[in-house]
Amino acid sequence: MTQTIGAAHPEPPTIDQLGRLSFRQRRFTKSRQSQRIAAVWMVTPAAALMLVFIIIPIVLTFVLAFTNAKLISPTGPRFVGFDNFARLFGDPIFWKSLRNTLLFAVFVVPIQAGLALVLALLINVKIRGVNFFRTVYFLPVVTSMVVVSLLWKFLYQPDGLINNFLAVFGIDGPDWLGNPNTAMISILIMSVWQGVGFHMVIWLSGLQTIPQDMYEAGAIDGANNWQRFRYLTWPALRQTRTFILITITIQAFALFTQIQVMTEGGPLDSTSTIVFQAVRTGFDLQQTGYASALSLVFFILVLVVSLVQRFLTRDKDVKK
Amino acid sequence: MALPTRKRLAAASVAVALAFSLAACGKGASSSSDAQTDASGTTTLKMWTHNAGNDTELAAINQVVADYNASQSNYKVEVQAFPQDSYNTSVTAAAASKSLPCILDVDGPNVPNWAWAGYLAPLDGLDERIAQFLPSVVGSFDGKNYAVGYYDVALIMQARTSALQENGIRIPTIDQPWTEDEFAAALAAIKASGKYENTLDLQTGNTGEWWPYAYSPMLQSFGGDLINRDGYTSADGVLNGPAAVQWATWFRSLATDGYMPLKSGADPAQDFLNGKTAILYNGSWGAEPARASAIADDVSFLPAVNLGQGAKIGGGSWQWAVSSGCPSTEGALDYMKFALQDKYVAAVSKATGTIPATDAAAAMVPGYEPGGDNDIFRQYSKEFALIRPATPGYPFIATTFTKTAQDILNGADPQEALNQAVADIDANQQSNNNFQ
Repeated sequence: MTQTIGAAHPEPPTIDQLGRLSFRQRRFTKSRQSQRIAAVWMVTPAAALMLVFIIIPIVLTFVLAFTNAKLISPTGPRFVGFDNFARLFGDPIFWKSLRNTLLFAVFVVPIQAGLALVLALLINVKIRGVNFFRTVYFLPVVTSMVVVSLLWKFLYQPDGLINNFLAVFGIDGPDWLGNPNTAMISILIMSVWQGVGFHMVIWLSGLQTIPQDMYEAGAIDGANNWQRFRYLTWPALRQTRTFILITITIQAFALFTQIQVMTEGGPLDSTSTIVFQAVRTGFDLQQTGYASALSLVFFILVLVVSLVQRFLTRDKDVKK
Repeated sequence: MALPTRKRLAAASVAVALAFSLAACGKGASSSSDAQTDASGTTTLKMWTHNAGNDTELAAINQVVADYNASQSNYKVEVQAFPQDSYNTSVTAAAASKSLPCILDVDGPNVPNWAWAGYLAPLDGLDERIAQFLPSVVGSFDGKNYAVGYYDVALIMQARTSALQENGIRIPTIDQPWTEDEFAAALAAIKASGKYENTLDLQTGNTGEWWPYAYSPMLQSFGGDLINRDGYTSADGVLNGPAAVQWATWFRSLATDGYMPLKSGADPAQDFLNGKTAILYNGSWGAEPARASAIADDVSFLPAVNLGQGAKIGGGSWQWAVSSGCPSTEGALDYMKFALQDKYVAAVSKATGTIPATDAAAAMVPGYEPGGDNDIFRQYSKEFALIRPATPGYPFIATTFTKTAQDILNGADPQEALNQAVADIDANQQSNNNFQ
């Protein structure tokens, strides 16, 4: 793949070479130069947006985390060193939020990735009407998370659809979002339901890149369905797996919308997450500096986890 | 082939550069665009309001502005309406970029915060007029008036009259509200009758400012408060003292004793009108829908409960202010003076179904004249209203109180939760040098 691109776009000629070029060739070079300018112009909007909305805020976060900046204040921010971090590590809500975030990630990653793979295998068949199922599974993904959260908030109400359904079987359902023991599980189930379709599509794209002749060879060797999956499909999905693992993990760590809409961190902090706490601290409590420190910790957490995952998956590459 | 491409690129470059410089011009000009004077000598004053989602209130405000613009030719006020949810954020962002409008509205408890931060200018020369308004609608800080509102609302106990009569419960009056014991007995009797799914509904499903607005008066009625109002330096002793713990225990018991749901339904007012609830803790805004409903003859609008230190209700709603960055403060104050006339106070409160803030305006709004149907709400406001602590630290206090009260309702240890709230609030006041 990379080779083809290289062939179509060879290295630019040096000045020496340019001198020796014929008129035709020089004209060709000029047009290539303008192509480059065009490329710069095409990159600029995206690069400018990235700079303004991602890179500058990240740099600001790093700086503000060491100040006592307030959202509304007549005096400017003052440098306070590691005060925010000292306060952070003594804050019981931070530890609860960290625990909730990690627990959520630990459960949501295997459940969502596994379920998505099962769905992908189910719809990776050539039968009539398979497109219908693909659409159905994908529908929650294209629905806004806020809308999904509001809908599920109604479903989870003590006299909502879910409890009414359970009542048919004589089960007295709990107050899903109002009980500290069930609130996080409720959010987890709903998040998996919403996100599973997206990762199903990624799995599906991985499945469809597996060459058919591999399966034909397997069939000749007499592989049964399980062996076919275990020794052909699973190893062939290695790169897709890495991608899915990392994207779900990062999404899980960034858990916020559902919390904001459905529980606001309650009851008794059982659904408070780091991002939720950062937003609440920064806007409701107006403590920009402290919220930046929280975000910085979150940034480092995600970075470390991603690096560890990269390292683990790369390690396997070497072994093979 | 190459030349035209480069020409096009050059043209694109110029166009983009032009766009950028235009944008820069626009930005540079915007700092003064909130008060621009045109050729005929008319200065345009920008005005922001939170009520984009409230058609009747916005229409009333637009009418005031239209009348003002027609009344003179020196100034022209231009209204820009925001949805309430994003209003405060917009103001904060505008203040950061020094592009606040000349006139803006502000939620009462936020006035000290914004005045301290330098967003607002004192309403010089209007003190005499402001003195005629209900004290709860005036936003002041450091001895100066910064904002004033057209209306207030009163918190009430909206009850089914039949539920009280059938169970032999005394109908409370403004001079003699229910006591804590009477209230407890009333709840027990109504619950025992088994006619209502919820004996009481305090609207605990509401979010945001409702919690401090609705429940801190109960805390105050027990004898506690959000912060010690003498100097506003500490909440110690008032938010975690015996009275506050008593309040917290009582608050939680309402749910554990089965009188009210832990979390109210999606529409508590509708639940009341549908006969699910016997007593609803509500604002006076609920009166009009209740009178228009099928149970109109069976609803009483009762005063808040006296939980020890007299009945208390929250005071202060949205108010109008002038920004400090306004280049034409005289113009903004001129508008304020015009807009504070009784007929406009009457018009806005009529449109919103709220309590008019002056006596003269009250006489003009049907129902609020002395002895009228709604006069009782105005009396509740005069008698019971206590404004939320006038300290710039209020937004922090409000958020902390909300979380603490929610935790207590969900079963957190009252003393522990309140101690944590006091520690947080005190730390925030101190880190801001007590907003001195």
